[in-house]
Amino acid sequence: MLDIFQYSFIQNALLAGCIVAVIAAITGYFLIVRGLTFAGHALPNIGFAGAAGAVLLGIDPVLGLFVFTIGAGIGIGLLGREVNERDTSIGVLMTLALGLGILFLALYHGYAERAYSILFGQIVGISQSDVLITIISSVLVFAAILLLFRPLLFSSFDPEVAEARGVPVRLLSIVFLILLAIIVSLSVQIVGTLLVFTLLVGPPATAVRIAKSPLRAIVLAVVLGVCYTFLGIYLAALNGVWPVSFFIAALSFVVYLPVRLLSPLWRERAARKGDLDKVPSAEKKAHETTTGQTAEQIPGTFR
Amino acid sequence: MQEPVIELEQVRVQFGRRVLLENISFAIEQGEFIAVLGPNGAGKSTLLKLLLGLIKPASGTVRVLGRPPTRGNKEIGYAPQHRVLEADLALRARDVVGFGLDGNRWGFSLPSARRNARIDEALEEVNALSFADAPISQLSGGEQQRLLIAQALLTNPRLLLLDEPLSNLDITREQEIVALVERVCRARQVTVLLVAHDVNPLLPVIDRVLYIARGHTALGRPDEIINSDTLSQLYGSNVEVVQALGRLFVVGAET
Repeated sequence: MLDIFQYSFIQNALLAGCIVAVIAAITGYFLIVRGLTFAGHALPNIGFAGAAGAVLLGIDPVLGLFVFTIGAGIGIGLLGREVNERDTSIGVLMTLALGLGILFLALYHGYAERAYSILFGQIVGISQSDVLITIISSVLVFAAILLLFRPLLFSSFDPEVAEARGVPVRLLSIVFLILLAIIVSLSVQIVGTLLVFTLLVGPPATAVRIAKSPLRAIVLAVVLGVCYTFLGIYLAALNGVWPVSFFIAALSFVVYLPVRLLSPLWRERAARKGDLDKVPSAEKKAHETTTGQTAEQIPGTFR
Repeated sequence: MQEPVIELEQVRVQFGRRVLLENISFAIEQGEFIAVLGPNGAGKSTLLKLLLGLIKPASGTVRVLGRPPTRGNKEIGYAPQHRVLEADLALRARDVVGFGLDGNRWGFSLPSARRNARIDEALEEVNALSFADAPISQLSGGEQQRLLIAQALLTNPRLLLLDEPLSNLDITREQEIVALVERVCRARQVTVLLVAHDVNPLLPVIDRVLYIARGHTALGRPDEIINSDTLSQLYGSNVEVVQALGRLFVVGAET
């Protein structure tokens, strides 16, 4: 059972997969707190269109991948803060990109193997130089996130106060999306379009429901991401037929589901004692807002 | 005589062709507690953003603490209009307050006893120590508001700008926040501009009222401003101020 670890392609897959899992979990935490989950879904798909376009033009698909994801990242960063409006724009942009990707593949006469490998990943076909590139880029992105950590978190939580305190909120938003685009472009080549999104969102989505502070949430997300990836690759190698992507996505879901269902219970219990004026649910908050406004109309109205 | 904390002269603010504030001039002194009142969309939040340097006047001069307003001024504490804080942020009360201390600085803050002590001090000032480690999603509107005030106070500002801190609170919590802000204002000699919808809970504690309507302002003692004559003039239409049940009601004849 353990002899599969002797194969160098399995070793490379585990190493590269786990590095991607670490950096994706860290980036994914900010993705979630900034309400950018949908952008995390769109970028890999847009990147696929870029790769397909590059294949058609006869240039390196990796170049097309980076150009499209970074371009889309900057575009999304410029879209502004209103989540609903932004997500609609991202959705339109992404469908256009997917349409283009399909067109590019149709126009290409021949088997666009490298474009397909970007769609599905090639985790068991990773060379040592791929591993090295992944390590170096991940370290650079990690350093960048470390440098941006406080203002990034501050502006995620409260962009208005952050701006008043001199944080370049808009610029940060764009820089973060460029970092995200880099991570997506790197990871997509290893784990494929589907899995990038799984690794970006799955572990941090579970972690923020369990952990109480940002630091703990990030550490937990990293641990979960590495466990899913390691186990997923191991199980896929043992099984030999079912793909890695399936195992990782399934593991992520199997852990998320009970946490999502049960977390309201332990959150209630974690609340401190003597909380007389606690507001238990969003519904009640919404209700209070309406009544508050109605009452205000009486003394202050001019209608 | 000290120079005013806030001084506006002939200020006009406009977005595109829409003029929000026109010909505004007033001065506010150190340590004053000012209620900023006026109908929705009159420009109350815009005025705060002007003082923070987030928007620039189209004409006129604005001076805050003797200088033109700039972003990142540590001498101004700001708590914007409150919204329901997200459940999925994995933030504790002390993390929110901590942003006020070093959230604008690059890099990563390692947990330190000194940092914690300063945050505890701020939490204590707003009576929030008991829920310092609670996740923010567990806190009520009043508790979250106290955290935002603590956050705004962490840099020891000379000017505190609070945008609608009393909205969405029941009467008891409202009184708690009013008492808290008054205590902070008097103890620290900090100038407070508090934006509100209803002047009644603030009447016992404020020094002056800044009323904004139709792009103009009127500044003065509550009884000088909140009366039928002054408000009718400010609105340019018939407005009645009625006193009933120990409260002031502003009743408009037309829009």
